[in-house]
Amino acid sequence: MPSETPSPSHGFPGRLFVFEGLDGSGKSTQAALLGKWLQAQGYRVFFTEWNSSELTAATIRRGKKKNLLTPTTFSLLHATDFADRFERKILPPLRAGYLVVCDRYAYTAFVRDAARGCDPAWVRNIYSFAPRPDRVFYFRVPVAVTLKRKIASRLKINYYEAGMDLGLSDDLHDSYERFQTRLKQEYDRIARTDEFTVIDSGRPVETIQSELRGHVRPILDRFPTAEGLMHDG
Amino acid sequence: MTDRTYGTRLPGLTEDALGGKLVVIEGADGSGRTTEVALLKEWLEVEGHAVVDTGLRRSTLVAEEIDRAKQGHTLGATTMALLYAVDFADQLENKIVPALAAGSTVLADRYIYTLMARAVVRGASREWARRLYGFALQPDLVVFLEARPEILLHRAISKYGSLDYWESGMDLSLSRDLFESFFAYQDRLSKEFAWVGAEYGFHRVDANRRPEQVDEDVRALVAPLYRSAARSAPRRSIIRPRKRAASG
Repeated sequence: MPSETPSPSHGFPGRLFVFEGLDGSGKSTQAALLGKWLQAQGYRVFFTEWNSSELTAATIRRGKKKNLLTPTTFSLLHATDFADRFERKILPPLRAGYLVVCDRYAYTAFVRDAARGCDPAWVRNIYSFAPRPDRVFYFRVPVAVTLKRKIASRLKINYYEAGMDLGLSDDLHDSYERFQTRLKQEYDRIARTDEFTVIDSGRPVETIQSELRGHVRPILDRFPTAEGLMHDG
Repeated sequence: MTDRTYGTRLPGLTEDALGGKLVVIEGADGSGRTTEVALLKEWLEVEGHAVVDTGLRRSTLVAEEIDRAKQGHTLGATTMALLYAVDFADQLENKIVPALAAGSTVLADRYIYTLMARAVVRGASREWARRLYGFALQPDLVVFLEARPEILLHRAISKYGSLDYWESGMDLSLSRDLFESFFAYQDRLSKEFAWVGAEYGFHRVDANRRPEQVDEDVRALVAPLYRSAARSAPRRSIIRPRKRAASG
């Protein structure tokens, strides 16, 4: 009979897969495809992305509009937002034995806050309530490529996304490039310390997806599907 | 710069001297804090000091969100603790630091200690709470107004006409009875305040007495802060935690 063995990473019956990387690295596309595939296999899947929850979205918008945020308040506000999502959306399915796929997780904050000059040890402590994932996929991509995609998408680059609050440059595009370069350096650094699985994102979507599935399969060896659980015993 | 904070650097805090004094009045709801802050402010101003008063939940950034969250009672403990931290950080950076830089005395009606005690009572670890607030400025003086639970109870009832949901810790489900919950909650809080107080060097003042008597004791603690202030270099705090948060 299939049953959930607690994850060796975090001890919950579910499994936690995290996708990290710069905007435009292709991680969201891949996370969504992986989620689809897992569902099709009959697993109970919960997919979540870290943009903004209802709670702090308005505050972050207000703060951003008035440029009221400092590195410290920016960091704490996002931590609040993450905690809300974690307590309400990530932890319950993890405890219920779901496969939780996260498009961005605490690592996004580690990288972004470090680039803004917050003390990394301080930030890590704040997020210590977030369990270690079973696997973190880091989509590695040159900054120039993400910038090209950003421009092609015609989405406006916003003030904080470009790190304009850091005074790196008066030009939005220039600042974006410099800030994203800092983020990438930080990602590359913690990729080693936090044992990320590095995915070279300069390849066709199908190639990457099949590599991801190859990484996930052994983790799900003997992990029960929804069908198996419901009609068990 | 970490020697003015509790171990974590505050990005943007410069080497500039913070000439003002930071005085914190802590204590449970009903301990007479607000009355004491008003009395102390009056006295300091008469003495010729510029005073800025501050308290919790007054930031422009998230005060509304906190109020809304309290109405709905929907947020988890960690989320709520962090939302309070945003509120505190916003006031620290946008109000307290500028006022100190301008040479004013900042009178804080509660500070990080209440927030830490509340978070720990709701399940956070002491270490987590202590490190979370590592960026806070070390005050020149922390006065803790200590009053018996019975006194707190009577003051709460005479102030609000009833017991407050949050001050009774009803969110902790200690008891469905408001009255019982109030005592159980205040008991837990006071245990945490005992720990925080030992860690951060509180000056305890007996607040079971009349406001004038309390004020007299508080003044006696505050007055020495100004005695050698005339030509003093940038202050170093007189209160240090026993342990420092790791900052590296």
